[in-house]
Amino acid sequence: MGELKGIYALWYREFKVFLREKSRIVSSIVQPIIWLLVIGGGIGSAVSFGGVNYQTFIFPGVLMQSALFSSMFFGVYIVWDKKIDFLKEVLVAPISRTSIFVGKILGGATDTIIQIVLLLIIGFVFLQFGFLTGLQLNIFTVVAALMILLVTTVGLVSVGLIIGSQMESPEGFQLVGTFIIFPMFFLSGALFPIDNLPPWLGTIVLVDPVTYAVDGLRGVMLGSSHFPVLLDFGVMCLFAVAMILVGTYAFKKMKV
Amino acid sequence: MHVIETKNLTKRYNGLVAVDNVSLKIEQGQIFGLLGPNGAGKTTILMMLTSLRPPTSGSARVNGFDVLKQSDNVRKSIGIVFQDPSSDDILTGYENLKLHGMLYGMPDELREQRIEEVLELVDLTARKNDLVKKYSGGMRRRLEIARGLMHHPKVLFLDEPTLGLDPQSREHIWEYIEKLAREEKITIIITTHYMDEADKLCNRLVIIDSGKIVVDGSPEKLKKIIGGDVVVLKTKNANVEKIKMLKFVKKVESKDGLLYLTVANASENLQKILQVVGKVERVEVRSPTLDDVFLHYTGKEIKDGEAEGGWVQRIMTQRARSGK
Repeated sequence: MGELKGIYALWYREFKVFLREKSRIVSSIVQPIIWLLVIGGGIGSAVSFGGVNYQTFIFPGVLMQSALFSSMFFGVYIVWDKKIDFLKEVLVAPISRTSIFVGKILGGATDTIIQIVLLLIIGFVFLQFGFLTGLQLNIFTVVAALMILLVTTVGLVSVGLIIGSQMESPEGFQLVGTFIIFPMFFLSGALFPIDNLPPWLGTIVLVDPVTYAVDGLRGVMLGSSHFPVLLDFGVMCLFAVAMILVGTYAFKKMKV
Repeated sequence: MHVIETKNLTKRYNGLVAVDNVSLKIEQGQIFGLLGPNGAGKTTILMMLTSLRPPTSGSARVNGFDVLKQSDNVRKSIGIVFQDPSSDDILTGYENLKLHGMLYGMPDELREQRIEEVLELVDLTARKNDLVKKYSGGMRRRLEIARGLMHHPKVLFLDEPTLGLDPQSREHIWEYIEKLAREEKITIIITTHYMDEADKLCNRLVIIDSGKIVVDGSPEKLKKIIGGDVVVLKTKNANVEKIKMLKFVKKVESKDGLLYLTVANASENLQKILQVVGKVERVEVRSPTLDDVFLHYTGKEIKDGEAEGGWVQRIMTQRARSGK
């Protein structure tokens, strides 16, 4: 009972902070729109993949990008809690480290899913105006997409928390962006089809967990994917479970 | 029963001994002080007693629970106000307290009632719905003291409770600490490097230097150890040997060009001292302070270690460094 309340307390804090930092919500919505309009519109004027226009092709990738950045940075942000000593207040409370980890994941997942829902609404509007074509947005595909994104987000927040729990100060923030998040995004096939890649690139792409999430989303929303959607979903579930296990271990070992 | 009991508590960091065989017994209901310069090991002792860091060797019990084996029960028994602010400044004062109550598993009704009580205690009721960002340093510290008290701890730890605060806020915080010792009847453990603070607040204190307990007792008892008044002289070419011959002069120490004498009944004997010393630039006669006690035992002044500064100063230097 105490543990559940503790988890709820941590979620409550993250949710309040999320609602208050409006600039974060705004930028997490504006950035994907720029990707769709500028990159999508620009490159889309020359190429198209899989029978849909380029904007539509990258729409699942842009959703994933938003989830990737917000969930990873959310996790790494724990280093800020360390810095302002808020983490000490939490660690000295009579709840387990596992509960703290779970509370953080729920907080991060909530933030990300809210952003994704807003983006899906924008996608729906774009679809009505003919900017996106052939996107399948109905109750089934939206629920399926949200399930894939939720599992992926849980895994990614865990990765962020693992990195953040090991970091001493926020100075390493940029490095995480440059060496982990950006490569994960560009190597995921969010911006290009992964069917006919040169062997070296194709191999790296297959190692990137985000690839399967993007592929699954594409399968659900565009009806065409490289792997079966269930396989994609299975890989993401495994990824999430593995990261939760590593993450709870890292949290138990975390020093203050 | 002792609410805190440590046996040979020791902490080493990479071969460096931060806390060295500290054995302590603290009775319930005291305001107990850990006094010493920065880097003496006070905060490390606190971190071990609050189960945030494991001791290298030795043991500690808080409210009867072992800090290593029963850390959950230890955590339920204590409240702590850290040296650096640990409230979330994007939340309001009320929200910080609510969060705390939930983390400690308090029933909703009791939690809301306690929030009202502790806010009243630290005079923050009127500001409870403001973001902590908008609080002054003293208000934030008061909020965190209120938070530390919310769940009815047996022991409240205050790590340098007035570090970095202006004199007026310090006085305020002292008032609150005395008030809550009176009204909440709990054991309060304070670490501080301010002599006046320890003197004013504590019923009992230990002086700590280089991780070791130097001396233990009430402020009054410790000051009596000095055994007289303190006379500080600024003079050139004083004949120290001749001063030492005077039977009412118990001790002579020279430091930074000043002579520190411990004198029995200074008001009567000052004239005789001045005759021996000769030409004097400045004289100061005062009752002994804890500073003198520290000097007496360690040969150093506690002020020597003060440069490190507090959290406010740290925030300021950070701002200065980032050029804002």
